[in-house]
Amino acid sequence: MSLYHRPANLHEALDGLAAAPAVIAAGCTDLFPATERPALDGPVLDITGIAALRGIDTTDDGWRIGATTTWADIAGADLSPGFDMLKQAAREVGSTQIQNAGTIAGNLCNASPAADGVPPLLALDATVELAASTGTRQLPLSDFITGPRATALQPGELLTAVHIPRAAGQGASRFLKLGARKYLVISIAMVAARIVARDGRATQVALAIGACGPVATRLAAVERALIGLPLADLADAIDARAVAAALSPIDDMRGDAAYRRHAAVALLRRAVGLAVEDLQ
Amino acid sequence: MKDIPTLTLTVNGAATQIDTAPGRRLSEVLRDGLGLTGTKVGCDAGDCGACTVLLDGAPVCACLTPAIHAEGAEITTVEGLGAPVERLKSAFLRHGAAQCGICTPGMLMAAAALLARPGPPPDRSDAEAALGGVLCRCTGYAKIIDAVLDAAGVTPQAVTAAAPASGAAVGARLERLDGAPKVAGTEIFGADYAPAGALWVRAIRSPHFAASFTFGDLDAFAAQTGLRVFTAADIPGQNVFGTIPAFADQPALAEGAVRMRGEAVALVAGDKTTLEAFAPDSFPITWSPQSEILDCATARTPEAPRLHEAREGNILISGLVHCGDPVAGFASAAHVAEGAAETPYVEHAYIEPEAGAAWLEGDTLVIQACTQAPVMDRDDTARVLGLPPERVRIIPSATGGGFGSKLDLSVQPLIGLVALKTGLPARMTYSRRESMSSTTKRHPARMRARAAVDADGRLTAMEFDGDFNTGAYASWGPTVAVRVPVHASGPYSIPNYHAEARAVHTNGPVSGAFRGFGVPQAAILQETLFDDLALKAGIDRLAFRRLNALPEGGRSVCGQELHGVGIGICLDALKPRWEAAAQEATAFNATQTGRKRGIGVASCWYGCGNTALPNPSTVRLGLTPEGRLRLHQGATDIGQGSNTVIPQICADALGLPVQAFELIGPDTALTPDCGKTSASRQTVVTGNAALRAGETLRARILALSNMGQGAQIALAPGAVLVTEGEQQRRIDLAALDVDANGYALAAEETYDPPTKPLDENGQGTPFAVYGYGAHLAEVEVDLALGTVRVHRLTAAHDLGRVINPLLAEGQIEGGVAQGLGLALMEDYIPGRTENLHDYLIPTAGDMPRIDTILLEATDPEGPFGAKGLGEHALIPTAPAILNAIRDACGAKVTRLPALPHRVLAAIRAAEQTP
Repeated sequence: MSLYHRPANLHEALDGLAAAPAVIAAGCTDLFPATERPALDGPVLDITGIAALRGIDTTDDGWRIGATTTWADIAGADLSPGFDMLKQAAREVGSTQIQNAGTIAGNLCNASPAADGVPPLLALDATVELAASTGTRQLPLSDFITGPRATALQPGELLTAVHIPRAAGQGASRFLKLGARKYLVISIAMVAARIVARDGRATQVALAIGACGPVATRLAAVERALIGLPLADLADAIDARAVAAALSPIDDMRGDAAYRRHAAVALLRRAVGLAVEDLQ
Repeated sequence: MKDIPTLTLTVNGAATQIDTAPGRRLSEVLRDGLGLTGTKVGCDAGDCGACTVLLDGAPVCACLTPAIHAEGAEITTVEGLGAPVERLKSAFLRHGAAQCGICTPGMLMAAAALLARPGPPPDRSDAEAALGGVLCRCTGYAKIIDAVLDAAGVTPQAVTAAAPASGAAVGARLERLDGAPKVAGTEIFGADYAPAGALWVRAIRSPHFAASFTFGDLDAFAAQTGLRVFTAADIPGQNVFGTIPAFADQPALAEGAVRMRGEAVALVAGDKTTLEAFAPDSFPITWSPQSEILDCATARTPEAPRLHEAREGNILISGLVHCGDPVAGFASAAHVAEGAAETPYVEHAYIEPEAGAAWLEGDTLVIQACTQAPVMDRDDTARVLGLPPERVRIIPSATGGGFGSKLDLSVQPLIGLVALKTGLPARMTYSRRESMSSTTKRHPARMRARAAVDADGRLTAMEFDGDFNTGAYASWGPTVAVRVPVHASGPYSIPNYHAEARAVHTNGPVSGAFRGFGVPQAAILQETLFDDLALKAGIDRLAFRRLNALPEGGRSVCGQELHGVGIGICLDALKPRWEAAAQEATAFNATQTGRKRGIGVASCWYGCGNTALPNPSTVRLGLTPEGRLRLHQGATDIGQGSNTVIPQICADALGLPVQAFELIGPDTALTPDCGKTSASRQTVVTGNAALRAGETLRARILALSNMGQGAQIALAPGAVLVTEGEQQRRIDLAALDVDANGYALAAEETYDPPTKPLDENGQGTPFAVYGYGAHLAEVEVDLALGTVRVHRLTAAHDLGRVINPLLAEGQIEGGVAQGLGLALMEDYIPGRTENLHDYLIPTAGDMPRIDTILLEATDPEGPFGAKGLGEHALIPTAPAILNAIRDACGAKVTRLPALPHRVLAAIRAAEQTP
């Protein structure tokens, strides 16, 4: 008999998870494609019955996005412009059908190198909230995803929320995805850029790139070099070699590594240029 | 507590209790549990959207939704789309938005959600985004988007011919006659018919490209699992099939060794629960992988092992056409251009995976499955199962796209074997991976060619040579190898010509028929090469083609004198847009640096029907004693429209309105053989049979009533009324003796296109009828990313006589979509892209504006002058796009698809070439 557990509260979920490992199900948009079987094989812990895990709240420190918040929820949420890139990414996740089911936590825990949600969340300085029956910890998103299909989630732990610090909601932001077709496409490369400015100069720069390495990555050195520069110069000032140095793309059927390095820079310049336009 | 809980689901307003696992796909629960088969399953992975249903008004993929997520929600399926969306369904019919109909329920659900959205009415881009998650392989999306905007009240309502009068059916913009069940969700596709007590069948397939294998203890496995097992040893007939009998070489179940990945070696069958519990890894088989050959060059080396012992050099067959003196033609030329091109495996990617059911009626094996070729299915299945053909009856289910691949057998011999051996009904539905890995593909081609012109730009010579990777088994490889040299000239006059093509065996997937039989690949090289020649000769690229276009009465490279040649009028029809588009591109490019626009043109021609081989169609028409008019229409309609076009032709030949016909079949027990739906032959070949049947019945009626040719015929209960001027006669049908088919009056006519065999130089009359076309592509290239956006495409096609403009436009728009996919994104890599997220086909957001120009150069042989269209529509698109890319940015892409990284590399290469 396959076990399918769909508790209504978090305690019950965490107790169940502490007792026995289970596949954690939410939107199921990655779980079902991974099997040809007509049903999910157990044991399954379905967390969509826990109402408290869905939705976006403001907190004293910023924002809390519940684990089972769907991409459609995010796309339709009223959030500050720093989140624009996340909302743009939300509209590029698969299709409308996928956005109505797929969740933010699922996107992170599935840990695809081409997960659309990761670059904008990295550029929002996101941390993840990991709950277990023994307690809760927070981890920067950059430390949570450790490799393709690999995360720092420990046995008994559940990703319950994503936190965005208040400061990260500032500025203007853009997400750009490059694929070989318009909808329902896995990225060749994608970028997220968030710029905060004062008096026409960049005071904060957050840049992230996905699908150009085993995990999506922030570009700390590139960001630092842009701080203090006039907004008009920002896009052109991006150091292509520094971007390339931060990436480790592969050759695959969607594109070759050299192309990805090149495209990442081109996309980054565009995203920064567009964010700058939004600021002006 | 019981194992399977009871869920309460509210489906289309009614609460239903059902025992189901909470984690079961909602698509399974709806289809299998509740019998709501309007929700289609195309991929089980959220990639195609065919299973889209609404949960509390929001579209989701039912295949990705655990049943328990739907508990407490309002579930709406296509069956429950009530009055508010009748406008949508009507608009789908009026626009011809449903072709095969397999994606239609998903499209309707996604569109219904869009129309229910609060706020301002949707615009085109809203509609594209709303439908972006539902794939369609037939329509090119244009008519679907138009239908949605029409239903939303954004655009004026499209009008179709309501009920054309007698004699006015041909040429009428008639809604498809078989459309209603497609938009109602009641159409029965291969996976939708569930005979009671059926065993489910699953194939064990090779994970290796080449391997030998041995089974373990099958009896013990069967006893342990409760499954029945079938292997090649159970096959009562000849374990070999193939579309061309002389080359048949494919086993239904492999014997000891496989030649390709995905090849079936055994079947397991059982009730649904037992089969679901089966873990494929537990099947007792031991594989011994062998080294595989995946490319033609390796396969052709002398040391390469032969896939089929009798086929030297792994060459299945070579085709050759030679005319004039090519050496002299090149020697006298003013300009010579030379080129090469490489195309990949291309997957048909119909949204319906192969499926069907088989059962016994007395001693007749009945198979209802998706297909393009019922009589071929019958004969081949009968051979495998050791039955006389009359003991196999094929009832084609609705077919959710075919494009050539469903000409070959798939489930038929497998479910037939299980039904025959067990006496029980048997069902089988391929998974998406199984469909993609085991069925045929477009041949990958490696081609070289050169061509020459004189100082005036007239073609003097052309040489073409191509290896076409035909994969592990013959399928339609011989047709490709023969068709390519015949067509590689394009629709141009070339006095000196030499073309060779070879179908070469490898351990890749079987390459078979795919819309164009190799001609689209050849056209990619020929048409891009002709741009080189035009540039070298300093002639406008459209003018170059017009100068060299085959004239009326001209001779093809096969020496055939051609009549009804329409390429010239197609090219002429493109000229106004060509000139305007060139100006617009120039203006755009003058102000843009990062993006450049370009235009490209390419032509096509395509012979309708088999190449120099018989391919007759027979149509029966009968009047019952009650006065009902029945058309036995055996041309399988896989969405292309023969259920509508054939009655239109027959109606005007007979002189009765098209609404008077009842359609029978296709069904091998009820309809005479109309051959296969392939090679753009049904309108011409079955159309001609229908024309003759209509004329014959009319002649009989006129003779019986002693009336002249100008008389009007009408049907009345039990009678035919014939009127001419003041005179009216009544034929009392009940008073006539009925024939063996129960008809008081009947006609049955056969038509086989007149062709002549090709000689050793490929000279002869390979086809009786050719169709022509030319496409003008307008593209924008992003110079930094190498991405290409086709923003407009103008398609001019000569149809000889347009039988139904609505359906013709649909064929063209769908062909353009497949051509665009071929050019820009489609690349089937065996073992790596066996799904619809790694194998990309165009979505609603990838299509350009398409302007269709329908032209009529009357064909002396075609019915009412008509020619075929199905394959023509795809051929020019890819080369027109490639030529436009080059025009925009200089990039010559010679390896398809033109993915961004390849385009960017070609841009760089062009920049470095002085």
